[in-house]
Amino acid sequence: MNLESMYQEIILDHYKRPNGRGLRDPFDVEVHHVNPACGDEITLRVRLSSDGTGASVEDISYDGQGCSISQASASVMYDLLLGRTVRDDLAVLDEFAELMHGRGNVAPDEEVLGDAVAFAGVAKYPARVKCALLSWMAWKDAVSQSVNQSVNREGENVDD
Amino acid sequence: MTMMAPALDVATLKADFPILSRTVRHGRRLVYLDSGATSQKPRQVLDAERAFYEQHNAAVHRGAHQLAEEATELYESARERIARFVGAEGAELVFTKNATESINLVAYAFSNVSAKAAQGVTPTDAERAFLLGPGDEVVVTEMEHHANLVPWQELCAKTGATLRWLGLTDDGRLDFSNLDSIITERTKVVAAVHQSNILGTINPLRLIATRADAVGALFVVDACQSVPHMPFDVWSTGADLVAWSGHKMLGPTGIGCLWGRPEVLDAMPPFITGGSMIEMVRMEGSTFAPPPTRFEAGVPMTAQAIGLGAAVDYLSAVGMSRVEAHEHHLTGLALDGLSSLPGVRVIGPPDNVDRGGAISFVVDGIHPHDVGQVLDDRGVAVRVGHHCAWPVVRRYGIAATTRATFYLYNDESDVEALVDAVAYAQNFFKVSS
Repeated sequence: MNLESMYQEIILDHYKRPNGRGLRDPFDVEVHHVNPACGDEITLRVRLSSDGTGASVEDISYDGQGCSISQASASVMYDLLLGRTVRDDLAVLDEFAELMHGRGNVAPDEEVLGDAVAFAGVAKYPARVKCALLSWMAWKDAVSQSVNQSVNREGENVDD
Repeated sequence: MTMMAPALDVATLKADFPILSRTVRHGRRLVYLDSGATSQKPRQVLDAERAFYEQHNAAVHRGAHQLAEEATELYESARERIARFVGAEGAELVFTKNATESINLVAYAFSNVSAKAAQGVTPTDAERAFLLGPGDEVVVTEMEHHANLVPWQELCAKTGATLRWLGLTDDGRLDFSNLDSIITERTKVVAAVHQSNILGTINPLRLIATRADAVGALFVVDACQSVPHMPFDVWSTGADLVAWSGHKMLGPTGIGCLWGRPEVLDAMPPFITGGSMIEMVRMEGSTFAPPPTRFEAGVPMTAQAIGLGAAVDYLSAVGMSRVEAHEHHLTGLALDGLSSLPGVRVIGPPDNVDRGGAISFVVDGIHPHDVGQVLDDRGVAVRVGHHCAWPVVRRYGIAATTRATFYLYNDESDVEALVDAVAYAQNFFKVSS
């Protein structure tokens, strides 16, 4: 295990030149998540195309402060989850969470995770797993709130 | 030239701390610079705990057998020695789980007296000092550890009292310019830290004590970062109550202390209630034992108290003046070394005056969590984040810091390792160095 395996070039590139950063309108839901252990924060907005988990993610915008791992992870997440269905995105999120909780014993699938495979090295440092997951958990929270809002608005179940 | 106590023989001291000879992260020497979070333990402390369990283990203050007698004797002897270490008497020293519990114990004295008064129970004259309600004020400082802030916030929320605080100057000291308008006749309690765990600032307690005394407010001191690091005399602080932890001063976890002036402790109602702390129990109600027993419900943390007793014996044998001088020397070296690196900024007093060996810093272009990760890779153990003093980092417009803290077992090579590792981090992340 060495530093280079954690701080892959891909991660440092996303950290220095993040994609999708900045809060944008319109949005359905805005959430604010913090990592109380270190004070890292993210404010994240999502905009879904229509109601339900069949909806697609039209925009993810975010702002925050944190370490290279948490900030790069938000940028990678933006690239991966934008423009796809919520259902597909939740599957990607599950795979990423499994990788991060795998203590370095889970082989990442690049087909599914793209640049997020670079975080495999981070999974070996338990203290940093929360950094990598911060934006993803914020996204999940925002999307589930958005889906619930639409359920409440429609007064009926979504197609899932 | 001031008179210097003979320098510490760190190499010999280090031999007492088994953990300091282990390696970390691919075989690197452990450079432990996180004693502000918790200190390492010498063999003497570990031996004392083991000897207790192997030879004398019994529940103290109970039992009619020899082991119970021996355990009680060891527990109370530890209390006496720990009290003497801070210039106090055993009867004035309450054992708690940690400093956080010590401070909560005091906050709950206010809360409990006030809650009973709201139920129509008339407080005794002595208890009146702990009666809190709307219009009353609680004063803290902006540099408090959460342990000396959140309990007071909660107390205010429960009683309707108002929380006020002394702010910070740009160079990391308390702003006393409005001391007299913050601490007023409305102030019932003032709680302040002696040495900041994040800034390293050593506060002039007498100044605060004098003002608190003038308005008749109780003065509570968080001494977690001072009792372990300098000669400390409870009476010279001017405080009414002083809280600190055992595990930051070579002792075990699970033991903390609360010292109080005898008449103050005597006036305080209990916090945690149950066995041991009672005087008389009937189905209709109970009366309570005198301090310190009143505040020690249940079977106490006996081995930890005995371990802490061994820790103060150890520190006394080394000499607290020498510990203080040694850390002062290392702090000066570290301040010089870190500020020699372009892009590194110390958060807190930049000069080595009225400050202890807790040095927080930020490195331009590298988040503290990443600094800490690189340092860890070099074997240098530091803490990163807000250090349980979130309002402090907010005050200085940053999210977090990297913090190095020193103790008697650190030496100049540890300071060098720190500075070298920070420079290495700057190289690694390709920011200016």
